[in-house]
Amino acid sequence: MLGYILRRILAIIPVMLIVAIFVFLLLRLTPGDPAAIIAGDMATPEQLERIREAMGLNKPLLTQFFTWMGSLLQGDLGTSLISGTPVTTMIGQRIFPTINMALLTIVIAVAIAVPMGVLAAWRHRSWVDYAVMSFSVLGFSVPVFVIGYLFILVFSISLGWLPVQGYASPTEKGFAEFLYRAILPSLTLATIYVALIARMTRASMLEVLGEDYIRTARAKGVKESRVLFRHALRNAAVPILTVIGTGFALLISGVVVTESVFNIPGIGRLTVDAILARDYPVIQAMILITSATYVVVNLIIDISYTVFDPRIRY
Amino acid sequence: MLFKSRNFDDAKTVLTVSDLTVSLPPAAKAPPVLNRISLTIRQGETVCLVGESGSGKSVTSLAIMGLLPKDALFVTGGKITLSDTDLLQQSPSAMQDIRARRVAMIFQEPMTALNPVMRVGDQIEEVLESHTSLSADERRARVIDIMEQVHLPDVERIHRSYPHQLSGGQRQRIMIAMALVLEPELLIADEPTTALDVTTQQQILSLIAELQEKHGTAVLFITHDMGVVAEIADTVYVMKSGDLVEHAPIETLLRAPKQDYTQNLLRAVPSLIPRAPRTAPGGDPVLKVDNLDMIYGGGGFFVKRPGTHAAKDVTFTVARGRTLGIVGESGSGKSTVARCIMRLIAPTAGSIRLRDTDIAHLSRAQLKPHRQHLQVVFQDPFRSLNPRWTVGRSLIEGPVNYGTPPAQAMARAAELMEIVGLPRDSLDRYPHQFSGGQRQRIAIARAVMMQPDVLVADEAVSALDVSVQAQVLDLLNDLQESLGITIVFITHDLRVAAQICDDVLVMQRGIVVEQGPAAAVLANPQHEYTKSLIEAAPGRAWDFANFRELGAA
Repeated sequence: MLGYILRRILAIIPVMLIVAIFVFLLLRLTPGDPAAIIAGDMATPEQLERIREAMGLNKPLLTQFFTWMGSLLQGDLGTSLISGTPVTTMIGQRIFPTINMALLTIVIAVAIAVPMGVLAAWRHRSWVDYAVMSFSVLGFSVPVFVIGYLFILVFSISLGWLPVQGYASPTEKGFAEFLYRAILPSLTLATIYVALIARMTRASMLEVLGEDYIRTARAKGVKESRVLFRHALRNAAVPILTVIGTGFALLISGVVVTESVFNIPGIGRLTVDAILARDYPVIQAMILITSATYVVVNLIIDISYTVFDPRIRY
Repeated sequence: MLFKSRNFDDAKTVLTVSDLTVSLPPAAKAPPVLNRISLTIRQGETVCLVGESGSGKSVTSLAIMGLLPKDALFVTGGKITLSDTDLLQQSPSAMQDIRARRVAMIFQEPMTALNPVMRVGDQIEEVLESHTSLSADERRARVIDIMEQVHLPDVERIHRSYPHQLSGGQRQRIMIAMALVLEPELLIADEPTTALDVTTQQQILSLIAELQEKHGTAVLFITHDMGVVAEIADTVYVMKSGDLVEHAPIETLLRAPKQDYTQNLLRAVPSLIPRAPRTAPGGDPVLKVDNLDMIYGGGGFFVKRPGTHAAKDVTFTVARGRTLGIVGESGSGKSTVARCIMRLIAPTAGSIRLRDTDIAHLSRAQLKPHRQHLQVVFQDPFRSLNPRWTVGRSLIEGPVNYGTPPAQAMARAAELMEIVGLPRDSLDRYPHQFSGGQRQRIAIARAVMMQPDVLVADEAVSALDVSVQAQVLDLLNDLQESLGITIVFITHDLRVAAQICDDVLVMQRGIVVEQGPAAAVLANPQHEYTKSLIEAAPGRAWDFANFRELGAA
């Protein structure tokens, strides 16, 4: 088991190396002069030369790569072309709102979706099941920004319960204040994951509830709630975990719209700003971080399988 | 043969089922699934419920447990009384309390009946958690005690084990421990030994008998195996499509069955006496296997790990038109040998000569011309046919693949349908529209379509009812005689082997322990293992088909 985890961690190295090469080439192999792309249409030859010098673009490609990798390994992701601040600092400021939001969202989504899915499977083909499935279709098909503005309209403007926009750090302003401000964006983000996880839970539970050991549990006179949550849900867990894990990784990288709607200073907005301003070092760093998130989350999911299912041993 | 002949007239009645009727939802407009069933079980008595699949045996047991699938089956009449409790009048929570405490049940498949992600000790303990207010220590003591009573070895270790770490027999012991830990009045056992090897079956049957004696439990034993019935039953009830057609004390039923249905059921039980030897035809062997070795696994990237030696030095020959039986329990290597012959896997060493070619080590491409000469029929007819293809499409796939024009192949398929006893229009239908026996006929037709030299039948009749089993064996025999096919018949069932095989090869843990003509091996076994297999065959002293002791002519 430990050997497996070690091997999986070692396997991260080649994966991340390939991503790094891709990210490096992204700028260098784009048609045209990278310096011109960065500087924009109105740049003077002197400005271009300065950019080339600053980014080392006048050196051979291989030298550039090793210099870049070297600083990368030291945790130096470069400097923003726009603000001049190190990219690590920029991301460091923005990552916590995003991670906090993502965590809250996943917690909310799981708390709502799993019981919904279990209930729908238990009462298969009843009105409960149909209600859950209808909600699920709705959750998938309504765009995030519509749900976001709808929530603002109802809870912030009409009812006045919650603020329209903004973010409060849980460490600085306290958890209550964080929750007060984060609950609407999290609910918005959670909608689609509730739909997804509820569907997956229902499908997986339906399959498990037909198994012989469920009949055995009932024949033992075990309470129905225990049959569902202790016997069935744990056996149904593997596909559900997969969806939750992928969902979390998607959340980290895909919160652009929600952060824009609710004006949250997270990495989603940082990425949008960087793309609009062609701030290449920031874009490169974002790709690297997103890939790393996926790789690490996948590893965590795979390891968590063994916690739920003792038959899975690596 | 010694039958149970105890008298239970004075014993307390534990279960009375009277005029029980179970139906599908009214919308289905179908006849009832159970039609006015009545039966009685007394304290300490073993009642066997027999009948073919679909006769309503399991529905009866689930109705007693109050576990009929909701929204699908409903009790529409009759009464079920456990001692003085009217079970059909109980609320769901009262019924929940009765289950395991007063009526317990064990099921057929020990592989799937236990929760794979819970330790088995916890699964037994859960019964106590649900029904008693014992402390954690007391519960644990009770669990250990019942695990010892079912004779599990190394109880402390098994207590912590997960189901997949135990053998089939051990799992079934866990199921029994779970069912009996609260000493219920009634134990329902639904085909509890069908999935087990004969020697394991014998142990489980004697375990149930031992615990029944000790606790005075009434047992309702559901089975289709008349051999098992002869060994354990006090009273037998025979079911046929939802009706109870006959019931009698065991010896009366076996000696003088009244109903035609019961007589046919008994006649279909294959005899343990080997078939009359057929004259061996001359000519070269069609299949010749020499020193076949198969080792699974091993290797390993950094450390050399030992592999599993699944088949060791297997040597045999089969002539045209003959049937070789490979007999053994699970893990004996019989299926490994079959897969090697089929070249579904490549043997580690040895040669497999099909006609004149050694196919043991040919590559995928080199094998292609030989594949059509080797065909297989698998055990489970419900899973071996593509459910989304018509029967016709499944049948012609092979020949078309080898260049036969589709129309010609379809014409041949239609002929074969008649030969295997199905209507020609079956070709346009889908597998789910057929019964298990019919599907197995289709699977045989599919194999024969290729005009093979060798047909490998891997437990091909094990999933079928005895009466259907007999018909499929006859079909194989007829096909062999008309087409001259060589059959390699893999089975764990000595009765079936005795009926169809000319020669028999007995395997144990990858090694051939005995081989020779069926008449010699089965009637006069030399090796201890073969002897133990034959001795474990239930009801072996009884000639079911003739309603008398074996040899009492």
